Amino acid sequence: MNELLLKITFALIVVVVLMTLCAYSVLAERKVSSWIQGRVGPNRTTLPLIGSLPVIGPMLTRLGIFQPAADGLKFLFKEDVIPGHVNKFYYVLAPIISLIPALTTVTVVPFGHFIYEETGRTIPLVLADIDVGILFLFAVGSLGVYSIVLAGWAANSKYPFLGGIRASAQMISYELAMGLSVLPVFMWVNKPGMEGTLSLYDVVVAQEGLWFAMWMPVSALIFLVSIFAETNRLPFDMAEAETELVGGFHTEYSSFKFGLFFVGEYAHMVVGGAVMTLLFLGGWHPLPFLPWELTGIMGAVVSVLTFLGKSLFFMFLFIWVRWTLPRFRYDQVMRLGWQIMLPLSIANLIAYAIIIYFLDT
Amino acid sequence: MTDFFFYLFSTIALASAAAVVLSRNTVNAAMFLIVCFLSMASLFVLLEAYFLAVIQVLVYAGAVVVLFLFIIMLLDVREDAKRKLSPFTAGAGLVGFAILVMGIIAVVSSDSIKATSEVLPEPSGASLKAFGNELFTTYLLPMQVTGFLLLVAMIGVIVLSKKLQEPEEQS
Repeated sequence: MNELLLKITFALIVVVVLMTLCAYSVLAERKVSSWIQGRVGPNRTTLPLIGSLPVIGPMLTRLGIFQPAADGLKFLFKEDVIPGHVNKFYYVLAPIISLIPALTTVTVVPFGHFIYEETGRTIPLVLADIDVGILFLFAVGSLGVYSIVLAGWAANSKYPFLGGIRASAQMISYELAMGLSVLPVFMWVNKPGMEGTLSLYDVVVAQEGLWFAMWMPVSALIFLVSIFAETNRLPFDMAEAETELVGGFHTEYSSFKFGLFFVGEYAHMVVGGAVMTLLFLGGWHPLPFLPWELTGIMGAVVSVLTFLGKSLFFMFLFIWVRWTLPRFRYDQVMRLGWQIMLPLSIANLIAYAIIIYFLDT
Repeated sequence: MTDFFFYLFSTIALASAAAVVLSRNTVNAAMFLIVCFLSMASLFVLLEAYFLAVIQVLVYAGAVVVLFLFIIMLLDVREDAKRKLSPFTAGAGLVGFAILVMGIIAVVSSDSIKATSEVLPEPSGASLKAFGNELFTTYLLPMQVTGFLLLVAMIGVIVLSKKLQEPEEQS
């Protein structure tokens, strides 16, 4: 019973942190975009008490710290319009589906480790350290495409439909390259003599020395590009290309349902950045070849903070790329996926199969 | 607890499978198919075959049904009006059903399923390494044959969908 309570508390903390991260990524998106475009960004929203503190209050206001709260409230209180021409059931279902995979995948993402001071035993800080971690992540993540397909279809009008069709084709195409690009990592983790595992925690343990991004740069690059495509971020945001498709699959959505899509996208980005960190950038190891000395609470805090820092760097990268690069044309996206990424990932897989064979003997 | 989950997920799987066949709206049918696959994956989890469960979701629920939906939406299949069954279809359906029932009866009543035999392989679904080893040593032939079948199906689709042009005379 006690253990169950502990797990529930732990899960609640993770969800709250994830949601806060999503909210503040929206703020980061607005601030970084304004910085890139030479604007100021949100700097007016303020809270009655904290905002009127001397020095700190105006500073926080200018940073836009209170903006996410205002944004969230706006989504809650706007009028929720359900157009007459939609298929009601799927129209309501789609935004719900968009958030569920993002929140489910986070259960298998380890975000640090705890070393007992006396015994030196290490336990991962993760909600569920399952043996098929990466596959679970891909499996549940692949269900996310239904939210877009159903939203596009249920809206029963042209542009959302086109957006949904484009998105599903794109996500299927890039899933292949994504799956193949992580295989070399797991071939090394499962090399002969090792315990067979697909757990994300063991991948991080295997990176105490060299990080995988350093000697598998092609894998890391393919995976990163695929994450961009899977999260529908620019330059791959075919699903909601506003110059061609109005709002894409969420054209007909308003208020809180739109908010759910919005939060779902950012949650996907947070999880994507976290997985990239775990697989290729050493997880919570601050530097390659740096032996881990800290134990107890201190060590756990340092590991979680290192991991969060690296994941947030990827959030910044997502935003940076979005406001820097123009969008691909749809046929270019498809050609990149099938004619470049897929062959490249297969060649990469074969090359590393040979390299790992020779490294191992 | 396990028993309860077994009955729960089996019921969901059977009910949604029936709904796939019975629903007139094709999108509904596809969605019920996903529910069916997900509950089958849960049954695999109850059997401690985690790898199979995850693969079930990844391949069937995650990729195959997306393609189904894709085609349904592209072709814009409308809700079917009540169609008259042709006698040929009905007959073929009955024969198929009879063969299926006979197959199930044959499998269930055979002796090898009742007695726990000595040669039963180690339960390798839980350990990935053992699973992979079994797949590529003991069960290599079935795996290769399955792969070959998929290749045949793929080539068949390409042949069927590509209009073969008459070889033009070279000038």
